[in-house]
Amino acid sequence: MSENVILRIVSKFLIPLILLFGLYVQAHGDYSPGGGFQAGVIFAAGFILYGLVFGLDELKRVVPLSTTIILMAFGVLLYTSVGYLTMFLGGLFLDYAHLAHSEKHGHHYGILLIELGVGITVASVVIAVYQIFTERATRDGG
Amino acid sequence: MFLRDLLAVVIIAGVYSLLMAAIFTQLDAVDVAFTEASVGAGISTVLLLATLALIKNQKADKYEWRIPAIILALLTGALLLYSVPAMPLFGNPQNPIHHHVAPQYIQETPEIIGIPNVVTSVLADYRGFDTLGEVTVIFTAGIGVLLLLARRRTKKQ
Repeated sequence: MSENVILRIVSKFLIPLILLFGLYVQAHGDYSPGGGFQAGVIFAAGFILYGLVFGLDELKRVVPLSTTIILMAFGVLLYTSVGYLTMFLGGLFLDYAHLAHSEKHGHHYGILLIELGVGITVASVVIAVYQIFTERATRDGG
Repeated sequence: MFLRDLLAVVIIAGVYSLLMAAIFTQLDAVDVAFTEASVGAGISTVLLLATLALIKNQKADKYEWRIPAIILALLTGALLLYSVPAMPLFGNPQNPIHHHVAPQYIQETPEIIGIPNVVTSVLADYRGFDTLGEVTVIFTAGIGVLLLLARRRTKKQ
């Protein structure tokens, strides 16, 4: 498939836009539809398109499986550490009001941080699952 | 129902998902539509296609009438239809879901949390613990796939 010129040119044009849209959905989840979950999937879709067009080896060069595994755990860690941080700051678990001086700002920071954690975990899980699936398919002579 | 090619089934499932996303948009559930379009129509289709590549595309030689399966499907459908009249009318403001915690969330969100998207405030703030559980489920699923599919590679090599 990597010989196909039209696919390569179009996907080179599309992938940055997909990644940018993913970041927009991630950062703008408070104001418009979307959030960490959708953003993670869209962000991963950009990488999967890259893997589909340029091959699995090229995708592994960009994001090695070891990196995605670490990021998978990092997202959950970020989420839980926000919860523990609010506990140390005198609140309950995931009680965002204690993150900043005003209640509104605290909630804002808390939501941004946990959405980031959700996004990182979802994106890296989807990329990792895609890599593992296609690796098996190509290795088994598919 | 009469498709014999698994590839066609996957494509139809993706199209169905996209149509569902359009219906959710019509129902003003934009967040759900967004998720359905990206996960259901996008990633699920890609992963199902990858699975097809893994197990090789299989075609059924002839169509078989599986009588017990048909009876079970019809029975389930009949039961679901039977329960429809007992459901509250669609969009009725007197419905129970509009009187539980939803009014409180809608009223409080601008004052306490200060963000316009109530869906995000419910998911990430009021139900933050649920979302933590969801992320943990996704993480566990990823770990499971890694353990099941990636381990044999190291064994063989």
